[in-house]
Amino acid sequence: MLIFLLRRMIQACFVMIIISVISFAIQDKLGDPVQQMVGMSVSLEERNQIRDELGLNDGFFVQYWHFAKGVIHGDLGTSYYYKEPALDVILKKLPATLELAFCAILIVILVATPCGVLAAIKPKHALSRLLMIISSIGLSVPIFIVAILMVYIFSIELNMAPSFGRGQTIEIFGLWESGLFTKDGLKHLILPSLSLAIALMPIFVRLIRAEMMEVLQSEYIRFAWSKGLSARRIYFIHALKNTMLPVITVGGIQAGTLVAYTILTETIFQWPGMGFLFMDAVSRVDTPLVSAYLIVVGGIFVITNTVVDLIYGLVNPTVRLASHGL
Amino acid sequence: MNLLSVSNLHVNFHTKEQELAALIDVSFTLNRGERIAIVGESGAGKSVLGFSIVNLIGKPGYIDSGSIKLENKEITKMNLRQLQEVRGKRIAMIFQDPMMTLNPVLTIGDQLVETIRSHTKINYKDARNIAIEKLHHVQIASPEKRFDQYPHELSGGMRQRVIIASVLLLNPDIIIADEPTTALDVTIQAEILQLLLTICRDNGVALVLISHDLGVVSKVAERTIVMYAGHVVEEGPTLEIINDPQHPYTQGLLNALPQMTLPGQRLNQIQGSMPSLAERPSGCAFHPRCPYATQKCRQEQPRFIFSGVSSVACFLVEDMLNEFADKDQEAS
Repeated sequence: MLIFLLRRMIQACFVMIIISVISFAIQDKLGDPVQQMVGMSVSLEERNQIRDELGLNDGFFVQYWHFAKGVIHGDLGTSYYYKEPALDVILKKLPATLELAFCAILIVILVATPCGVLAAIKPKHALSRLLMIISSIGLSVPIFIVAILMVYIFSIELNMAPSFGRGQTIEIFGLWESGLFTKDGLKHLILPSLSLAIALMPIFVRLIRAEMMEVLQSEYIRFAWSKGLSARRIYFIHALKNTMLPVITVGGIQAGTLVAYTILTETIFQWPGMGFLFMDAVSRVDTPLVSAYLIVVGGIFVITNTVVDLIYGLVNPTVRLASHGL
Repeated sequence: MNLLSVSNLHVNFHTKEQELAALIDVSFTLNRGERIAIVGESGAGKSVLGFSIVNLIGKPGYIDSGSIKLENKEITKMNLRQLQEVRGKRIAMIFQDPMMTLNPVLTIGDQLVETIRSHTKINYKDARNIAIEKLHHVQIASPEKRFDQYPHELSGGMRQRVIIASVLLLNPDIIIADEPTTALDVTIQAEILQLLLTICRDNGVALVLISHDLGVVSKVAERTIVMYAGHVVEEGPTLEIINDPQHPYTQGLLNALPQMTLPGQRLNQIQGSMPSLAERPSGCAFHPRCPYATQKCRQEQPRFIFSGVSSVACFLVEDMLNEFADKDQEAS
């Protein structure tokens, strides 16, 4: 177990270095930050002076070296716009995004699993067919259309749920602003988390269905039937546990898609999270903030996949992390 | 009363174009404690027959007509709940490949205990004791340790023992063993076979052994059913069938045994191969491969008749019997 984690951490370091190079490399391709920072009246000489102060006139490797030195000390640069350490700015927005993602994942697990199982057990049932049709539509319709439609129907027409912001939040331990514990906060979560979940749902419904159908054909399921076990036990213990193995792996990979979708969802619902911040940072050419975001997201991705591998090891007895030191 | 009686069983496979017959007019009986074998090449319908007995034919197969009676209960008319009571408790099955039969993500113990607990109201601890006792019974060393292990930690032979133990848990009346030794290597084959035989004999359990290996069959079964292309072609005491096979197909099978050929010689074989379900020949299904086939064999389906040794469906045997009968009449 320890060896596994250690190896994973070394791997993560390499991944992070590559991510940092890439995110740093795109910095000076986004536009001129100075133009965004100063007014029209500032002369060319003054602009160049600012550029010198910011170190923007140095060579790429010199700039990266300064940046990397900072990163090791936990300093991902200072946001041009907020004039604060970029990491602090991002971490302040992290709870909002994590809560949104958490709720979306919860909805996906709670809805996609029974839907996928149903579609696999009774493939000819009208409901299963409907599910398959809906999921193919869901796969092909972009998330922002779904989100805008939901805002239109539930917020504007039916006035059931608010369409922007986080609503009332409370602070936990003075460092985590949570909307999960107030009625208003939860209300504000409904539409964004639902749209995010809908974006991820179809692929999981289809994956669970396909895997489950394959598992149901296997000999050990037939053997389970021949032992006279109840259908419930066969479907939900024997078959589902095997079905979930590939689903867990895909789930980890989908974490990347989830991040991409949070940017869209947060922008549409004016959700004050990291994704929303990122869009602002891009339009303001706040390059330190952009690269800090990419590094934080990269870190989240690495952590998620490590956790997914740990869960996989727990579910699949043929993978013993400790003994193989994988 | 017979423990199990199958009569005029027809099993079809549903396809888009047509209904394909996998079993045609199959009948046989099984007495309490009796051991029978079902033999034939791949595709003869042996496994389908085995699975039909507990109504567990995989889709798109289904029982079209006929009856399967366990004592006086009709299995073909049972609903899923009633079938679940029969499966495992009265009729248990052993599958061909022990590597595929156990669920890889559940422990041996889980898979044994669930069988007991789904049929009897019993607490976990008692169920565990029964399971460990049965593991001991099938000569598994340190059963307590194996109980908590996963299938992948056991060898193939060991897994087949676990499966036999799991089949014994509820003291069934019938065990259906579908090629239980085919996937194992030869030394283990003999051990598993011996174990199966001992267990059936000691507990008075009836056995339906499905096999293509006549050597295996001759050691275990008292009676043998030979199948070809969904038909029963010959049925009788194993000894008689092996010493004096009547049907040309049975003769061919026996001739194909390696023991029937001198070392260095080419092994005997039956020319041609088993027809697929969709291309079943007219008349006697075996006629394209039969060295004695006549015009009649190509057109008509032979009846099942008692030859004095075994029951056979073959015109050759029927004609011979008729000839004898005529001569007898002339003589008298």
